[in-house]
Amino acid sequence: MMFVPGNNPGMMADAHIYGPDSIMLDLEDSVTMAEKDAARLLVHNALKSIDYGSTEMVVRINPLNTPYGRKDVEAVIKAGVDVIRMPKTETADEVRELEAEIIKVEEELGCVGRTQIMAAIESALGVVNAYAIATASKRMMGIALGAEDYSANLKTQRTPGGAELLLARETIVVAARAAGIACFDTVYSNLDDMETFRKEVELIKTLGFDGKSIINPRQIQVVNEVFAPSQKDIDKALRIIAAIKEAQAKGSGVIAVNGKMVDRPVVIRAERTVALAIASGILSKEDVL
Amino acid sequence: MEIKNAVAGTLESGDIMIQMGPGEGLQIELQSSVAAQFGRQIKAVITETLEGLGIENAYVKATDKGALDCTIRARVTAAAVRATGKDVWK
Repeated sequence: MMFVPGNNPGMMADAHIYGPDSIMLDLEDSVTMAEKDAARLLVHNALKSIDYGSTEMVVRINPLNTPYGRKDVEAVIKAGVDVIRMPKTETADEVRELEAEIIKVEEELGCVGRTQIMAAIESALGVVNAYAIATASKRMMGIALGAEDYSANLKTQRTPGGAELLLARETIVVAARAAGIACFDTVYSNLDDMETFRKEVELIKTLGFDGKSIINPRQIQVVNEVFAPSQKDIDKALRIIAAIKEAQAKGSGVIAVNGKMVDRPVVIRAERTVALAIASGILSKEDVL
Repeated sequence: MEIKNAVAGTLESGDIMIQMGPGEGLQIELQSSVAAQFGRQIKAVITETLEGLGIENAYVKATDKGALDCTIRARVTAAAVRATGKDVWK
């Protein structure tokens, strides 16, 4: 998920060319108070006019308790946004309040249920309430860590190893998995230190995250390389899936691949490997049909 | 509709700066390195956007840095909202 400032039309026009899975146009922290009105109009018109292809389009709105949040909701839904990212989410009630605003606009447009919600968790209270937030609405598609505000709230600072974020990261992954939605890690801001960035991506993949937030197209390749499964893993996953299909066709309940019994967790991992291979462009959907 | 002086947009690549003020009819002055190729189109988008907002009298100075039509519409609307004090959102 690539962050793009909502008041920079040049970046907004080109962002999808680099092939991120999703683009998050930002109306919040990257836009000054004096430019909130202009950024909202830019994002609205860009979403309506620019062909972003299959890239998932997310907009980070301003909090609803500011003079900007409700207008942001109206503007981006009227432009057909896929996902609204709610910043600094601390409680399930905040999600429900946003949902009510979304419904109001969708009812006016006759498209109720179209817009999904992603909540950014950026405080200790948000982490404590992660599962309640993740399950606050059927529209919840994911939760994400916002580490800069979170670190400040914890009265600490970010370090290369990320020890200060460990509990938040694990809590967010667990909450997302328990809720059956996606989870996304925070940004890494030092573009000159790609080595630490790669280590961070490796760490969050191990923890179970579905993806990483990025601030520059240069970071896309590293994320894709880390998340892409190896050819060996892909081959194994395809063999497992083929064996399942064969066993189902025969009506057999027990599946074995290369002499080893395949149980449910192995199947789930194989399906995820194939899904990641498709997302990374290594496999096409036709390869697994 | 009363028009005050207002500005929206920047001079960065891919953007357009719209300076708006009181005028008789729609007077549009355009500066653009691609004026020869796209000047007519840029002015048409500015005019169409202003008319859509019910603005028939205004002076507009547009300094284009290669903006897409959607950016031109956004910047003209932002300048118009600031010039009239009338927002487009509820």
